[in-house]
Amino acid sequence: MNDILTTVISISAISGTLALLLSIANRTIANYGDKKMLINNEKELIVDGGDTLLSSLIENEIFIPSACGGKGSCGYCKVKVLEGGGEVLPTELGYLTKEDQDGGVRLSCQCKVKEDISIEIPEELFNVKQYDYTVKQNNLVNSTIKHLVLDLPAGKEIDFKPGQYIQILTPTYKGNDEEVYRAYSLASPPSQKHTIELFIGLIPEGICTTYVHTLLKEGQKLTVVGPFGDFYYRESEREMVMVAIGTGMAPIMSILRHMHENKIHRKCTFFFSARNKQELYMMDKIAEFEKDMPNFKFIYSLTRATDEDQWEGDKVRVPDLIKKYLENGANKEAYMCGSPKMIDSAAEALVEIGMEEAFIYYDKFE
Amino acid sequence: MLEINPLIIFFAAIFTNNMIMSNFLGMCSFIAVSSEIKTSLSLGQAVTFVLTFTTLLNYMVYHYILVPLGIEYLRYIVFIIVIAAFTQLVEMIIDRYFPTLYHALGIFLPLITVNCAILGVSLFMIIRDYNLMQSLAFGVGSGLGWTLAIVTMAGIRQKIKNNPIPKGLEGPGITLIITGLMALAFIGFSGIVQIQ
Repeated sequence: MNDILTTVISISAISGTLALLLSIANRTIANYGDKKMLINNEKELIVDGGDTLLSSLIENEIFIPSACGGKGSCGYCKVKVLEGGGEVLPTELGYLTKEDQDGGVRLSCQCKVKEDISIEIPEELFNVKQYDYTVKQNNLVNSTIKHLVLDLPAGKEIDFKPGQYIQILTPTYKGNDEEVYRAYSLASPPSQKHTIELFIGLIPEGICTTYVHTLLKEGQKLTVVGPFGDFYYRESEREMVMVAIGTGMAPIMSILRHMHENKIHRKCTFFFSARNKQELYMMDKIAEFEKDMPNFKFIYSLTRATDEDQWEGDKVRVPDLIKKYLENGANKEAYMCGSPKMIDSAAEALVEIGMEEAFIYYDKFE
Repeated sequence: MLEINPLIIFFAAIFTNNMIMSNFLGMCSFIAVSSEIKTSLSLGQAVTFVLTFTTLLNYMVYHYILVPLGIEYLRYIVFIIVIAAFTQLVEMIIDRYFPTLYHALGIFLPLITVNCAILGVSLFMIIRDYNLMQSLAFGVGSGLGWTLAIVTMAGIRQKIKNNPIPKGLEGPGITLIITGLMALAFIGFSGIVQIQ
């Protein structure tokens, strides 16, 4: 009995002493005091010295995209450090190109704030916040796509541009032992600040899509960070060409709903393709746009129409659809969403008919 | 146990009883980090530093706490805790006061926690019943021996970098073969003195 007591007490005492020593060291040696952080030469924050740049920013509700949660393994959380970041660490080198290093770009999860620091981050990231949504609705709109409707807690709002995306934090569940962020485009218009809508297609073995399709129920909480992205509706007089397949409909829907609400009557053609009639969705909403927006035109094809579909229309893929119905691309701008393969070939088709590459905006769902 | 001169232990730990070449301890970082002389030298220095101090600390913990209480069998777990805590403390201190050194060692310091050569030295010191001075010599010597081995290996690997090596043997494969050949060469030292 005495042996057990002695063992337990001595191990506890040794571990305790060492833990105490480390805590003291953490409070004294690793404590750099309050440091000033200057962002984009305008906003100044006071942060705890010794923390990483990423955690200091998160503490101040500035969210830098980071898929690995600060482990230094995704390379997404790049931030330009103008002054005071110290030397680039070996852990960062694998993720920084030569130009990045010359330009002062650092991985914010590895770079510690040890002195006053001045950084530069894209303006729109100021707007990025973390939200705790409640699932209001999670229904199938066709055989593989779910329409997810999320509600914010009372008094909270999200500001975004039509076309932007958010990241969903997928929690751990049976079969997935790490939390991951996955990006999805918003399908709701920006005027709708309290509720957001997303279209999420089931990807076999996809971590987040499997979670949304099989486990996420109405009433559950879901953490969302956003908005992100430089794909969004641009004000101009140009004629618009929209191109999408599958869940690529989401950001286009957001843009169209925004235009519909604000009575923007720019000339606009939306090219869409699905395999068969069962895969079409949101058709009633599109019919509504066609009715209310005089210059809006919806052109779609069914690439693998079945006999049941009784489809007499086009059966070609989107790029061929563009070639068939769009005569020239001059003075037009394009908004495209979907798989990288589709976007690349559609962009090629658009350039062929004279559209300027600078006016082709796209969001590749990779 | 014969009283061996600490100086003999020191040299023996470097050449005849080299941690890598005769005990094959600390192989993972030896193979992973031995592609460049500069980085392997940094790692070697860090290992030597940590080895020296953890050997001393573990010596004191063992002789002044574990032995009097009759709980020597706890040495494995206690040594591991001491090594982990010390490495973390060293990392904090270097980070704060020696930024250039931290920059050179930063990534290697946490790796040292799981370097079995460090635990090996502390355990050998107990098995061989060394006194304080002998343990110190053994710690420093083992660190320098480990550094010698990894830097030599890095030198060889840099030399063979552009040579044609069968695809399946590239990287760790050829490194292990070279380690074997180097170990054979180190046997040549073994006639000079034995410490176990």
